Amino acid sequence: MKINIKRDSVVCYEVEAKKQTLLEALNEIKITQDGSLAYNSGCRSSVCGSCAVRVNGREVLACSYHVQDGDFVEPLNNTPVIRDLVVDMDKAYGFNAKAKAYQSSITSSVLLSHEDEKLNEVQSNCILCGSCYSACPVYAVNSEFLGPFSLTRVLRYVSDKRETNKKEKIDNIQINGVWDCTLCNACTLVCPQGISSKADIEKLRARSAMFGYMDPSFSNFGGGISF
Amino acid sequence: MKSVIIIGAGGAGLVAALSAKESGAKVTVITKEYPTRSQTCMAQGGINAVLSEDGGDSIEIHVQNTLKSAAGLADENAVRYMCQEAPHAVAWLDSIGVGFSRTNESRIAQRKLGGAYAPRACYAQDYTGLKILHTLYDRCLAEGIEILNERYLLEFLTCKDAQEKIFVYGVSVLNKRSGEVQTYEAQSVIVATGGYSRIYHNYSTNSSSSTGDGIATALRAGVKASDLEFVQFHPTALKNSSILISESARGAGGYILNSKGERFVNELLPRDEVSKAIDDEIAKGEDIFLDIRHLGLEFIEKELPQEAKLAKLYENIDPARELIPIKPAAHYTMGGIDVDENSSTCIAGLYAVGECANHRVHGANRLGGNSLLELVVFGRQVGKNAAEHAKSSDENLDLQEQITEIKEYTNEINFYEKQKFLGDLFYKNVGIKRDKTALQNVLNEVQEIRNILPKMGLDDKTKIYNTNLIEFLEFKNMLELAELIIISAINRQESRGAHFRVDFPAADNEKFKAHSIIDKNGAICYED
Repeated sequence: MKINIKRDSVVCYEVEAKKQTLLEALNEIKITQDGSLAYNSGCRSSVCGSCAVRVNGREVLACSYHVQDGDFVEPLNNTPVIRDLVVDMDKAYGFNAKAKAYQSSITSSVLLSHEDEKLNEVQSNCILCGSCYSACPVYAVNSEFLGPFSLTRVLRYVSDKRETNKKEKIDNIQINGVWDCTLCNACTLVCPQGISSKADIEKLRARSAMFGYMDPSFSNFGGGISF
Repeated sequence: MKSVIIIGAGGAGLVAALSAKESGAKVTVITKEYPTRSQTCMAQGGINAVLSEDGGDSIEIHVQNTLKSAAGLADENAVRYMCQEAPHAVAWLDSIGVGFSRTNESRIAQRKLGGAYAPRACYAQDYTGLKILHTLYDRCLAEGIEILNERYLLEFLTCKDAQEKIFVYGVSVLNKRSGEVQTYEAQSVIVATGGYSRIYHNYSTNSSSSTGDGIATALRAGVKASDLEFVQFHPTALKNSSILISESARGAGGYILNSKGERFVNELLPRDEVSKAIDDEIAKGEDIFLDIRHLGLEFIEKELPQEAKLAKLYENIDPARELIPIKPAAHYTMGGIDVDENSSTCIAGLYAVGECANHRVHGANRLGGNSLLELVVFGRQVGKNAAEHAKSSDENLDLQEQITEIKEYTNEINFYEKQKFLGDLFYKNVGIKRDKTALQNVLNEVQEIRNILPKMGLDDKTKIYNTNLIEFLEFKNMLELAELIIISAINRQESRGAHFRVDFPAADNEKFKAHSIIDKNGAICYED
């Protein structure tokens, strides 16, 4: 079967017609046809987040997508392409630090119940593959948006009993943060871990409201008078 | 300011970074990938710690279980230190936000792994490594630790002081993005680059990055490695892809069956014994399966969701209804850079921690749940020691030469094919069972491959993100290690733990209850 890979131009490769993952097909190309093809991979088991690419316009992990005849493979969006399918994730991952997606301070002897564990279990399953980041349309208008995975990570810590300064976490995500999301749900649809950053951002909005914040796009409209 | 460079950003590297920072050093972490992509994310089973002695478990029993699994080859003091520190290590992980599973009594949940007397492995659903690694990464962000991504280790920079004592003063790396060689100087350097299981290529559970770079590079700089012949084979890797099915599947009561549907081994024995039993059955022509059907759909969905997903994806199997085809695969390398009780190598200022190091706590066979423990306990220790050691020095060397030379190699032989060939040879002859003739043959093959390296040049001579070049450098490191592993395996004329010699099936405590110490030239000696 044929697969098309976006490099400097689109290159068509013939790979063995069998049930295989895209990563296995990429390895086959690299080993037997073209050693110069650049892509990343690691664990082969969907936990390291190295191999996210787009296939036919949709983000997938190459190691968990079964390749189909005629597939069109491209690098992730919203991040600079270094070469072929390899993108530079430094800026994207940098949003974790900007969003302060970590526990404010080291805490000891906080007892967590089974229910407490479940509060952010799904959010802490994130593998930082960047699929949500690539699918997010907000970057077309705001390149400084903290973005879906960083905000999910903020919720992961804010919803944790061990976080002692929840207000600071919420204060920090008001600008280029929760209100910049369009709630389009594109992130949810591509997450290989079943995380919905859109739903997490809605939860963060609710928490923001509890701390007295409101959607700036409403406040700008002068008390609800129609435009 | 005193500075510490850490090579590798997996669990060991990040713990060391946090600890060195806490001790007042300026810390730079350098990784060939990104931190959260490291091998640590794949650890599932758990991290061992005796959190309470109520259920009959004790730190002493943890020590004894570890020593027993190690088959006489672990250092009891090091093991004792690790097991005593274990509850503190877990408490520390808890304090930085790791999402451990909890019991109904609001305690950290623990499960029983092979070779353990009691449920002792603290876990976070079946994402223990992932959640520990990501939380460590988040903590590093909180502490403002500098992390330099996508830089591949080339050499450790060393020099001799006035007393002719060799010391490290930095590292050279290849910036994968620009193709340029860069040097970074520091008073202390910590190697935390992981193990070398990928020598077994298609027969390894590990990430494609576990290529032993730090060990090979440290050997070239003059350190010694120890116990390289001890490679742990995990009994339950998926048959086609070598992807790991966690030990928790057996811990929870999974069966191992042959084609006739018979159980033939106690599933809770240490990994080396289960792997050997499986290998014997495969030699008889049996196919081997893991059976977790009787644990029930609810249990599988709750406790083993990841393995269920992987079994479906790679083997097209629904483990709630069908048997999972498995085989043993190379999983963990016990040997590594030889370090003392301070995690220091024989080069001043050069430290090692995690799977690339040999702290002599795993001996001939590592106990499940002790690797995450080792990297936290010794990571905390090494960061402090490296920070304290840090002292000034400066020198410079020309390093672009090595890369230029590789690019001049002709491309007559495809090194990827040789890499696969090496993996097949290793699995067959330097795997679960070994004998002198086969080992000697593989050694000759490896030496032959090393001789024809100049004919295995690159397809790709460009500079920007040349993965062809990086993979060649990794292959070169693996070849260097491969030779030393075989020499270590040939010389150990006995069977112990993960090292089973068909021609010497018994342990020989008189000669070999000792660690093998090897240098880059293959000179070997034994040390208690």
